[in-house]
Amino acid sequence: MWKLIKPRAQTLWLWQLSLLALLFAFWHLMTVPGLIPPMLFSDERQAAFFFGEPIKIFVRVWAWFVRDADIYQHLGVTLTETLLAFAIGSALGLAGGLWLALAPLASALLEPYIKAFNAMPRIILAPIFAVWFGLGMGSKVALGVTLVFFIVFFNVYQGVKEVSPVVLASARMLGASQRELLRHVYLPSATSWVFSSLHTSVGLAFVGAVVGEYLGSSQGVGYLILQAEGSFDINTVMAGILVLTAFALVLDEMVGQIEKRLMKWQPRSGETEKL
Amino acid sequence: MTAALDLKRVACTFVSRHDPNQRYTAVQDVSLMVGAGEFVSVVGPTGCGKSTLLNVGAGLLEPSTGSVSVFGQPLVGINRRAGYMFQAESLMPWRTALGNVMAGLEFQGLPATQSRARAEDWLRRVGLGGFGDRYPHQMSGGMRKRVSLAQTLVLDPDIILMDEPFSALDIQTRQLMENELLTLWAAKKKAVLFITHDLDEAIAMSDRVVVLSAGPGSHPIGEFVIDIPRPRDVAEVKITSRFIELHQAIWSVLRDEVLKGYQQQLQAP
Repeated sequence: MWKLIKPRAQTLWLWQLSLLALLFAFWHLMTVPGLIPPMLFSDERQAAFFFGEPIKIFVRVWAWFVRDADIYQHLGVTLTETLLAFAIGSALGLAGGLWLALAPLASALLEPYIKAFNAMPRIILAPIFAVWFGLGMGSKVALGVTLVFFIVFFNVYQGVKEVSPVVLASARMLGASQRELLRHVYLPSATSWVFSSLHTSVGLAFVGAVVGEYLGSSQGVGYLILQAEGSFDINTVMAGILVLTAFALVLDEMVGQIEKRLMKWQPRSGETEKL
Repeated sequence: MTAALDLKRVACTFVSRHDPNQRYTAVQDVSLMVGAGEFVSVVGPTGCGKSTLLNVGAGLLEPSTGSVSVFGQPLVGINRRAGYMFQAESLMPWRTALGNVMAGLEFQGLPATQSRARAEDWLRRVGLGGFGDRYPHQMSGGMRKRVSLAQTLVLDPDIILMDEPFSALDIQTRQLMENELLTLWAAKKKAVLFITHDLDEAIAMSDRVVVLSAGPGSHPIGEFVIDIPRPRDVAEVKITSRFIELHQAIWSVLRDEVLKGYQQQLQAP
């Protein structure tokens, strides 16, 4: 029997889903008032107050997406901020990384400053950005950009530094000009490093957007969570977290698809096919 | 015979980046001439600066003293008339085999359709006609070497520099590649400067073999004209009596240097 249902590559997703269902069932069991006698709390309503109730959370999500259909505007804002922060941060990181890696003097001059900026807890810049760019999208994008920039920057820098000297010499012997070296050697080599950091940087762009909204805004999913928290509506907070998690997964999957298409020249282990 | 590549009294001293007082003179007082259409091999003990000489000839490395001229013109910057086949992996991993062979033509500014046709032709010549869309990691070491060969030769360089191009290959693939190279060379008669540590390979392929002394400051200590008639088959030529005579003659010069180089490596801290 166990042999039949044992997790396999094909049935793994079923098992993963069951685990999720089990988790929600446990959550439900522990929090719904009166279902089982309270163990940790003195009052049977307290568990629901602190942890929310799955059924109510799903009702909330349903209302957001279907019944009232009023979350799309907020989601759109959050996702736009994320994508903008990601695109701008990556472009700046790519340009900065390429420039500093190819200009030893500039890199030597700026090194301590870059280290300092990277070491700084940049979330703390959010209030400053709110002052500079207002409470709209601008301040959230700026926060996301500072988070994404350094990830991409360091990876591009590393990528250019680690270009195989033989490949470089070979391209020069084949007649590549400085521009062509940049376009055909440094950039592709750096891109592979950027892609290895893409999952992290998309996640951080998302963090920047949500944290920015949470600290002060008038729309976005972070704003919804902030509002609900203000009225101790734990179910809406949890629903917001669930929605954010789901969309973070979707973004991650999208990055994975893009990576698969663009990085097909990279060796993957075990590419043989059993016939 | 006009000189395709002429190194005159070349010396290369490397200075340690961390300690400017630490110097290492890899080659010293090397004069080496490769005539147009001549196949010259350089053999020497390991670490004697063979690759350094090749990099000087390619224009990738500027000599400390001495001069390099290419077809009578002093060499400035990269040697545009030379193609270089490296010892290590030199293909761009993000390009397919065809893309790699096309690269040089693209850099020359040839239209894509023309460079594609020429690259495909060269891939067929090195026996990889159907493998143009493979990425380097999808090919075996021997196939990658062939792509490198096509990549170098598609540009039709007047001088071909080769740095132990086949040393990483197994003996059968190696002989196949050596014969292919000889056939291609016989058709085009380019100047070839071929670096190897394998004396058999050097004698079987070359018109002339130059023996370098052990480093530091290595320099040519012997030069042998290989008068075995062409066309040669690298496997068959090794059992001819002339080959064995030449091998003995060159080896008697090379042996002491190999031992010297080995002793130095043993004593190195």
